[in-house]
Amino acid sequence: MAAVENRILLKHADEDYYSPSIDSYLQYGGYETLKKALYEKPEDLREVVKESGLRGRGGAGFSCGVKWSLVDRKSGKPIYLICNCDESEPGTFKDRQLVHKDPHQLIEGMMISAFANDVELAFIYIREEMPLGAKILEKAVEEAREKGLVGENIQGSGYSCDIVVHRGAGAYICGEETGLIESLEGNRPYPRIKPPFFPAVLGLYRCPTIVNNVETLCNVVHIVKMGADEFAKIGRAGNTGTRIWCVSGMIQKPGYYEIEPMTMRELLYDLCGGPLPGRKLKACIPGGGSMKILRVDESFKDRDGREFSFDEIIVDYDGIMAAGSMSGSSGMMILDDSTDITEALANITAFYAHESCGQCTPCREGSLWSKKITARMCTGGAREEDVDLLYDMAGNIGGRTVCPMGYSITWPVQSYIDKFRDEIVANAKANSCGMKSYEERLIEK
Amino acid sequence: MSDEQKGDGLISVFIDGNEVRCKPGTNLVDLVDSVGKEIPHYCYHPKLSVSGNCRMCLVELGMPGKDRATGKPMLNNDGTPKVMFFPNPAIACGTRTSPGMRIRTQSEMVKKCREGVMEFLLINHPLDCPICDQAGECRLQEFSTEYGKGYSRFIEQKVVKPKRTVLGPRVMLDDERCVLCSRCIRFCKEVADDDVLGFVDRGSYSTLTCYPGKQLENNYSLNTVDICPVGALTSLDFRFKMRVWFLKETPSICTESSVGVNTMVASREGKIYRITPRRNDEVNDTWMSDSGRILYKEIEDENRLTGYASQGAFSPPDAAILQVQKYFESEKIAFVGSGGNSVEELYLFNRLSRAAKSVGNYLVSHIQEGDELLISNDANPNTRGALSVGFIESLPETELPDLASRIDSGDVDTVIVYNEDLIVAGISSEQLAKVDIVYFGTHSNATSEAASVVVPTLSVFEKAGTFINQQFRLQKFLQAVPGPDGLIDDLVSFSQLLNHVEPDSGPLETVEPIWAELSKEVSQFNDLSFNTLSPEGAQLDGAAFQHLPFCEGKTLHYEPAAETVEAGT
Repeated sequence: MAAVENRILLKHADEDYYSPSIDSYLQYGGYETLKKALYEKPEDLREVVKESGLRGRGGAGFSCGVKWSLVDRKSGKPIYLICNCDESEPGTFKDRQLVHKDPHQLIEGMMISAFANDVELAFIYIREEMPLGAKILEKAVEEAREKGLVGENIQGSGYSCDIVVHRGAGAYICGEETGLIESLEGNRPYPRIKPPFFPAVLGLYRCPTIVNNVETLCNVVHIVKMGADEFAKIGRAGNTGTRIWCVSGMIQKPGYYEIEPMTMRELLYDLCGGPLPGRKLKACIPGGGSMKILRVDESFKDRDGREFSFDEIIVDYDGIMAAGSMSGSSGMMILDDSTDITEALANITAFYAHESCGQCTPCREGSLWSKKITARMCTGGAREEDVDLLYDMAGNIGGRTVCPMGYSITWPVQSYIDKFRDEIVANAKANSCGMKSYEERLIEK
Repeated sequence: MSDEQKGDGLISVFIDGNEVRCKPGTNLVDLVDSVGKEIPHYCYHPKLSVSGNCRMCLVELGMPGKDRATGKPMLNNDGTPKVMFFPNPAIACGTRTSPGMRIRTQSEMVKKCREGVMEFLLINHPLDCPICDQAGECRLQEFSTEYGKGYSRFIEQKVVKPKRTVLGPRVMLDDERCVLCSRCIRFCKEVADDDVLGFVDRGSYSTLTCYPGKQLENNYSLNTVDICPVGALTSLDFRFKMRVWFLKETPSICTESSVGVNTMVASREGKIYRITPRRNDEVNDTWMSDSGRILYKEIEDENRLTGYASQGAFSPPDAAILQVQKYFESEKIAFVGSGGNSVEELYLFNRLSRAAKSVGNYLVSHIQEGDELLISNDANPNTRGALSVGFIESLPETELPDLASRIDSGDVDTVIVYNEDLIVAGISSEQLAKVDIVYFGTHSNATSEAASVVVPTLSVFEKAGTFINQQFRLQKFLQAVPGPDGLIDDLVSFSQLLNHVEPDSGPLETVEPIWAELSKEVSQFNDLSFNTLSPEGAQLDGAAFQHLPFCEGKTLHYEPAAETVEAGT
């Protein structure tokens, strides 16, 4: 049986009868869950989310329930909820669909999450490059406020919480939660050092703060609606619920697919229609530009030593982790045999050189350097030893910066070279324009 | 034995395997520094918030493992605690000590980290050390020698950024040299309370600049030059004047106000090139005002007195001193001292006034508007010194009406003036003309013009001594440069005069014998001596004077006593 989507979050999104207006949402049972949730105890709601096994859909895949449980509730300071809608990882476009097509689902999810965490002011941080999304969200918040679903004394429950839609200024780093918080405060989005600035303790305005991805918050609606046990039945243990995968690149039917865990073959062939005519798949970047690349002809070994092929990779958090990469923001990019891997790498490094915030030395300098080296590899002037230089230099970046984005250069560079060394070295040799190495220059002197 | 059992509130951490006892929560960079080792760093500054961006101070951290289920410490087979090292290095500047912490500062991983960061810092650095003022005191130079690769693998074009940006009247910026450590930004925001600096652009193109329409012009702007670990920020005053390795550094005290900022005077061959702050956590931390840094220029002022004069004519020093002796024979003699002179000078001046049976001792007060940071309301650096040696008993006033009326009534016919201008202190020129004046001072003024004998004296940079600041902290300064040719130290002149009036007073021509007397005579100074006084100074007991309504308000490490505030309001 061919694999199919299981649309929960996107159930109505693409249907002709559906619009982003509140009437549409209400017509199909919208906000009923919120109305019910307001009669429950916040700690019970938190427990439901924890039991559901929901993992964050933003990138790291950290348990949402655990994240909520880490919030400092004894400080006496207000607790803030921030919806991270700064979706800027290359190859990722799922939040955009949720915001554009079903904004009230997000708002309901936010209100339930806010109520569950005693939040009285929530923010949606939406990236600058989504002007339409911002307008839709602003309108949706206004509609919900008029209906008494956001704002003062929601549905007569005595609970009040407002939502502020805040537009970023266009920076990849604002997707990192502490960078986002700095930006929301009006500062340069330099990620904060942890310790001490764990958002759950010292977040927005030095108050406890929860930062959740759009998709995570949308899931909260369905968890509360169907109950933790029902939700946990979807997917597989540790990877509960559906996930929206953004498949792009050299594939017949690119797009977003809301699926339960399935194999790579099912996703790429059954749903996405396989490679373009006459082409062969070459590689896959499974979770957004910063993740390690996977070769389609590679064989992987999981922890138990079981070997499996690319086609057998299970597309979820743990499945891709077992293959040595990460599901990240679920932006899956497919490369086929027409792709020059050096060019793909140059493209990725150029992106991170442009988007490095510039706070930490290794990422700031290393990203531009790797861009320059890979550009030479593409356009001429490359040397064979550049491959090792690039590899070694990139290794000095990841894990040595304030935020995890240092890995956004280390992982692509090292995995591309690890897996396609022959091709990259051959390219470097072919594009060499006879530039002399440092040692050669020394000898001449 | 556990830390609790030792009961001293300290914990054990292990730096490269060596046990170190410290307070819980000590900053790692400071701790390692305190045991004589070094963790290289650029962005961390002990007096600023931690930003953790340079990544130079990465170290390996380990903690004794705890069993997750039971919470009990995990042990090795031999019973020692099992230490779990974190897979990634951590910044020492952002880490505070906790019991049992292990720190590796010399491991292979740490070395590789430092080498990597050094390489990244240098690839876009112009490497223009031969024309850079920072050369010789540059952290990039020092750490690349110590921790760098020694050669470059970078063959690309460097990033071009603005050169020679004038940030303000005293500070010049070279963005290409900047390592974006953000110390200057944090200083302006956190210490100077003048948020004018920030970064623009992103990634490797990040550039330090002033906010539009703003300038770095606060009176503390030159501290940004001091804390800049590289040659990005340079002082327009010092720029291109002297190579720093030629400079001799002498600890000194700033005379700008009664705060008593600790300074370092840098000189070469008898010429001062710059003054920088010297760290004293009780007084000025690591800061000083811009206005205090240019005080050395006064010693080369055109009004500087360099020759002895008697009755308006140049006179050899000995003859001038002999002349002064004559005036001491007057029975209507008054003494006007200065709060700008050292404890030792004021002590001898006071001895002189007693020996000469002075009819009145006066000190002129100079009130200014402080800035609540490192400039207090009292422009005299040593008002409390004058009180302590007993030259005066009550607080000085800005004008001397009492002296004026005594001159008018003929009760005073001779005035010995030390470094003050009586005209400024409210004495009219007619009154000046009625009396004989002996003037000791560094600069000429209306009083020295009217004086019968003029004895030029040394500035604070040309002699050694002590001041007592507003906190009753005794702080010493040393001689940085020689005085003008032929000038005799004030203490020698006073000592000679004292020997004349009081033949058994003994030689008191240098600070040491004076301190031998002071420690006996003044209870506050018991057990103190000049030579053993620490560079950070010594806190005196000012209780005897606490009732006085001192004019100082709040400054960095000083709160006026509650009674004083009431008296002032």
